[in-house]
Amino acid sequence: MNMEENNKDYLVIEAGKSEKNYFRDIWRYRELFYFLSWRDILVRYKQTVIGVAWSIIRPILTMVVFTIIFGKIANLPSENAPYAVLVFVALLPWQFFANALQESSNSLISNANMISKIYFPRIIMPVSSMIVALVDFFISFVLLAIIMIFYKFAPSWKIVFMPLFLFLAILVSAGAGLLISALNVRYRDFRYIVPFIIQFGLYVSPVGFSSDTIPGKWRLIYSINPMVGVIDGFRWSIIGKGVEFYMPGFIISIVLTIILFVVAIIYFRKTEKTFADRI
Amino acid sequence: MNTVIRVENLGKKYLISHQRSERYVALRDVITEGTKKIVKRMVRPGSALSQTKEEFWALRNVDFEIKEGDRVGIIGRNGAGKTTILKLLSRITEPSEGRIVIKGRIASLLEVGTGFHPELTGRENIFLNGAILGMSKSEIKRKFDEIVDFAEVEKFLDTPVKRYSSGMYVRLAFAVASHLEPEILIVDEVLAVGDAKFQKKSLDKMEDVSREGRTVLFVSHNMPAIESLCSRGILLDEGNVILDTDVNTVVRSYLEKAMTDYKKIDLERRVDRHGSGKIRVIGFRVLNDDNNEVKFLQSGKNYCFEIRYKNNAKKILKNVEVSFDIYDEKNSRVLLFRTNFTNDNLDLDSSDGKICCKVNNLPLANGIYHFSVFIVYEELEVLDYITEIAYITVDGGDFFGTGSLGLPSHCKVLHKAEWYAE
Ligand SMILES: Nc1ncnc2c1ncn2[C@@H]1O[C@H](COP(=O)(O)OP(=O)(O)OP(=O)(O)O)[C@@H](O)[C@H]1O
Ligand SMILES: [Mg+2]
Repeated sequence: MNMEENNKDYLVIEAGKSEKNYFRDIWRYRELFYFLSWRDILVRYKQTVIGVAWSIIRPILTMVVFTIIFGKIANLPSENAPYAVLVFVALLPWQFFANALQESSNSLISNANMISKIYFPRIIMPVSSMIVALVDFFISFVLLAIIMIFYKFAPSWKIVFMPLFLFLAILVSAGAGLLISALNVRYRDFRYIVPFIIQFGLYVSPVGFSSDTIPGKWRLIYSINPMVGVIDGFRWSIIGKGVEFYMPGFIISIVLTIILFVVAIIYFRKTEKTFADRI
Repeated sequence: MNTVIRVENLGKKYLISHQRSERYVALRDVITEGTKKIVKRMVRPGSALSQTKEEFWALRNVDFEIKEGDRVGIIGRNGAGKTTILKLLSRITEPSEGRIVIKGRIASLLEVGTGFHPELTGRENIFLNGAILGMSKSEIKRKFDEIVDFAEVEKFLDTPVKRYSSGMYVRLAFAVASHLEPEILIVDEVLAVGDAKFQKKSLDKMEDVSREGRTVLFVSHNMPAIESLCSRGILLDEGNVILDTDVNTVVRSYLEKAMTDYKKIDLERRVDRHGSGKIRVIGFRVLNDDNNEVKFLQSGKNYCFEIRYKNNAKKILKNVEVSFDIYDEKNSRVLLFRTNFTNDNLDLDSSDGKICCKVNNLPLANGIYHFSVFIVYEELEVLDYITEIAYITVDGGDFFGTGSLGLPSHCKVLHKAEWYAE
């Protein structure tokens, strides 16, 4: 009996050929995506009360320290906003990036058992693990609102553009997360790179200070770090007046983010079929 | 009948590295290895690079077709490639050559409880695990009560599964899995878990599934289960299909092959053993009452299980404990004879010699059994421990002395009982 192989009902698995229906498959597995995110969120907020408290305390502590060091001791300019607000607005996307990167880059390894025992489009794993970071982001956003009320500081109307910059932050995190999670399966010591990126990145990104403190001639090179564009965007949209938008740098950030993301997807798709064999 | 799975010239190649046992590499090593190679090339251009990776075909030239409603048992020794086939069919890993065409929704169960999270409650894990196995939320909701019922965990639904006993854990995991309703069900060695009662229940559930006319591919080392669940068998050996026909023929052929294979291996040269090696088991025979070697056993007769050994210590070893264990096809230990049970520890001669474990009135029922030997010196030094030293069939015999040869094969151990009615 011959099987109608061009028919949609038939699944053809062939050596070396990647699937035609990759994106349809991702759609089909969307419920698994929800459930995995749901699991991560549940576990995160269930394990300890401290876990929840931690997601509030950490950004606030960082804000306090940065405000004292950069605002009070170094006396850097604060763009018309209270220094604490300046820092916290930048901490929102930064914390999101740091958490998302941490969760997603380890997601494949820490779910090794699932990878080697069931099929699903592997990309679901690192992406769904970023959702927890997104939830943390919204908690921090509420915190920001409280801080702004405390300082009696009203956000700019440009805040409507904030989701755009959040989207950019998601792209940066997803790009880095996908790339590192895939590399992690192959070269286990990549996991040591992530804490380094996060530690180091916090100091080289304009979290504790405004990008305007960077001398003009260095500004363009400084924007090679895609998080610079994201953070500047957050400040511009939330603080508003007095914050100038440095377009060339922003364009560089966007272009590099897209390149990172595309490279990550390509590498991920190229290696994902061998994850189960190596993990 | 429609073909639902067609496998053509399927092959799967793994790279095995000889340096380390892990499957992954560390970037650090890639860098150092790479530098070494470059240095080598500079020092001695054209010299062969040290090969650390080797290709290994876990599966090769496999062809078969599965029709709708087929119940196929896949059997073979450890490492024969059974799990690999299932992984290829369920798309967990990609073939290295050949192709597979599948029609219909496949659910594969390579393990029960994949993705269970210890911190989550039973209820939460049912949903999570269901989704992982490919059920939709509404489907899980619909079957929720049935699953809970089957698993017998009502009272613990809101307890984190990390507080479950291992039995409860397995029951819940299997309950979720067994409520899958795919067109094609693929199951790997998952019934071996849980207690006997639950295994029975799981097997019954599997039988229900196969009776519903679903297509089932079932991997197991449990031959009776394979025979009762499947109608067709595929025998794999070293990555090749060597037999594909009705299940009884395949099972018989597998068991015979296992026996002859093990007979071929010279005990003296086997390396899969433990112990200091001062004593080495080098031969094994079974002798009957007339001191003749026998090839199969009968229930109720007297046998001497003779273990030949070499004494590498070259001195007399006193107070040596010997254990001779008998296992059934499922690898369960059914009988265990040990010298210290009866204060019979042996003194072994400084030269080579034989140990006889004399068993009178052999209480084994029909079936295939294998043996292991464990020799310990002064209660702490393992001298030699070797498993599967031989396979042998018990067939017939008059254990109860009634003249009737109709002995059961669905139990393992026979014993006389006295019966009363009052
Ligand atoms: N990821 C891997 N990398 C390298 N070798 C592998 C990998 N997975 C399996 N193998 C090898 O492939 C062979 C077939 O393995 P497979 O798991 O299919 O055996 P099996 O028939 O299921 O055995 P068992 O009865 O023990 O479950 C084995 O020799 C195994 O060591
Ligand atoms: Mg297996």
